[in-house]
Amino acid sequence: MTAIHQKGQKVIALNGDEAVAYAVKQCDVDVVAAYPITPQTIIVEKFSEYVHDGEVDTEFICTESEHSALTCCLTAAAVGARTFTATASAGLALMHEILYVTSGCRAPVVMAVANRALSAPINIHCDHSDSMAERDSGWIQLYAENSQEAYDSIIQAFRIAEHLEILLPTLVGLDGFFLSHTLENVAVLPDETVRNFVKQRQFPLVENHDGKMVPFKLDPENPITIGPLDLQDYYFEHKRQQEEGMQKAPEIIRKIHDEFAERSGRTYGNGLVETYGLDDAELVTVCLGSTAGTVKTVVDQLRAKGVKAGLLRIRAFRPLPVQDIVEALRNAKAIAVMDRSCSFGGYGGPVFHEIRHALYDSNLHPPTVDYIYGLGGRDMPQHMIQRIYQDLEKIRITGKIQHPVQFIGLRE
Amino acid sequence: MSSEWKFTAKEIAERTDLFMSGHRACAGCAPATVHRLVLKAIRGPTIATNSTGCMEVTSTIYPFTAWKIPWIHTAFETAAANASGIETALKVLKRKDRIEHEHVDVIAFGGDGGTFDIGIQALSGAVERGHDFLYVLYDNEAYMNTGIQRSGGTPLGAWTTTSPAGRRIPGKPQLKKPIADIMVAHEMPYVATASPAFWTDLLRKVRRGLEVDGPAFLHVIAPCPRGWRSDPSKSIAISRLAVETCTFPLWEATDGEYSLSAPSKVMALRPERKKTVTEYLKMQGRFRHLFKPEFEHVIGRIQETVNKRWHKLLGKCNIS
Repeated sequence: MTAIHQKGQKVIALNGDEAVAYAVKQCDVDVVAAYPITPQTIIVEKFSEYVHDGEVDTEFICTESEHSALTCCLTAAAVGARTFTATASAGLALMHEILYVTSGCRAPVVMAVANRALSAPINIHCDHSDSMAERDSGWIQLYAENSQEAYDSIIQAFRIAEHLEILLPTLVGLDGFFLSHTLENVAVLPDETVRNFVKQRQFPLVENHDGKMVPFKLDPENPITIGPLDLQDYYFEHKRQQEEGMQKAPEIIRKIHDEFAERSGRTYGNGLVETYGLDDAELVTVCLGSTAGTVKTVVDQLRAKGVKAGLLRIRAFRPLPVQDIVEALRNAKAIAVMDRSCSFGGYGGPVFHEIRHALYDSNLHPPTVDYIYGLGGRDMPQHMIQRIYQDLEKIRITGKIQHPVQFIGLRE
Repeated sequence: MSSEWKFTAKEIAERTDLFMSGHRACAGCAPATVHRLVLKAIRGPTIATNSTGCMEVTSTIYPFTAWKIPWIHTAFETAAANASGIETALKVLKRKDRIEHEHVDVIAFGGDGGTFDIGIQALSGAVERGHDFLYVLYDNEAYMNTGIQRSGGTPLGAWTTTSPAGRRIPGKPQLKKPIADIMVAHEMPYVATASPAFWTDLLRKVRRGLEVDGPAFLHVIAPCPRGWRSDPSKSIAISRLAVETCTFPLWEATDGEYSLSAPSKVMALRPERKKTVTEYLKMQGRFRHLFKPEFEHVIGRIQETVNKRWHKLLGKCNIS
């Protein structure tokens, strides 16, 4: 708390959605376009209040669909505006087409996703099916553990997305209801500090059709064509450039995280992954989002009993910080990945795919298993996490895996 | 404030083309003519956007572009949402003193597929929200970019690859959606129809659409020789006949008040000059099957529909 006061911060009670709206309010955003969907609704409601009370100099477009919301952000960003949207579940699925267009047009849109299950059956509660389904869409994906991190990550996201070496849209996931609707103490920075941190948008220079270098935006003084037909002869190179932006992102995300930490006193691991009790840990779980908070409590309990338990929390899922993951898992004897979504017909969930895949080249092949948990908002209490560590202990001793992929916390 | 520019042929010819030659549209493509004409009528700095479609594809094949003004394309159903984002960004950036221009106009172009069908939701939303932009619908009456499939804008009886001239079902069984009337029902400031054959009328309406405060919608008939199975040299003649047969009457509605435009007013005042739909249909191979004896009744139905819609329009224009 001392640190907080030193930085001129104040602590206010905010739920995750409110924390996001508060961050957006401070970031000098020009255009917000959104469509309400549970559990993201509070973000748009709160932001509407800021607009109608004159607390922000932002145009808010209440669109008729998420598809149009993201499209508005994309084209507004192309004109030069800083833009934000927020959605969840079906809303993100409806945006699917435009997610790819946004990253392809290198429009640095920032989006909050209050993670929620996909239909059918319809369910308004938390899982990661929505944003995991978009992991190949060319968006940077950060997942927050708590509302404080959601607030901090949104501010960092504008810097990340708009960084001239990256220029890729950035998504911040916060677990629906667990974070979006749960009141927490959130330390907020002074408006001025945030404003100075995010700065004004800059534009790279690109060659126009007259061979002149002009700012990459829709400007009547320097006309350029954005979003053309691009066939076998050039499309591939453009997609490669997107991937180059992604490859440069981990280092920049880490630097922006550190720079923010100087102002806030808060860190989230190295900005890409966070380790908890990992130094000498033999039994390691890997997860992302709010579940990490519960896992940390269990790790503390196990450590008190002398069990060498640890946690690796993935903050940046895209780009995947492969080296950091491998480094963090170097001493693990048994690993349990926790997936809050299901890749139907695949070998485990999406996080499992990435973690096992990352380990393959490292010549570290500790037994690694997957737990699909918490779909549709099913709780993940401490006793179930304890069970996972018990399973890991058995695997460590026997060296044998009975179930590489299993569901946990449901009727079977 | 009305424009001082009177759109004389000389002035139009002297104006720089902002939609350039060298694009890859087919011979006789009326949509390309429409785009060129629309950009002849702009009044200052302008940003344009297109939905996915023939004109997007043929005008921007990378690394070339036919556009001498800033232009963006995102997807098929998004022309109006594109315009919404552009217009809003211009407004806020101007307010924050980050744009030098006093005003920048926004024009969204959509084909019939992108407007009558897949893009109508975004269009309706943008108009309801009151964004200040001009939407130009270039209507070639089918999905031509994908190879001539029926749309909500395809007229009754027309052959397309998804409404074939079959032995049992002779072309499209449904009527053309009255899209411009649907837009008038949005109580928007300005809605008009136009034909490239009556280019002064078209240019005036473009300018009017840009000048009104709020959204404007311009529905332009735009023959496609490939899809209409018509002579590429006759596209303008066919778009004239569309008006002269009252198949596609020219009108404008300012704040919901309909008035007939000069080329159609002639038909209203001197009905004997109104031509039969047969003259229009026979120039187009897409209606050829209707001239077989077993399907001639469809031509009768087309004429009845045209008459019915025409009289309804005359009523809205207070012409009895």
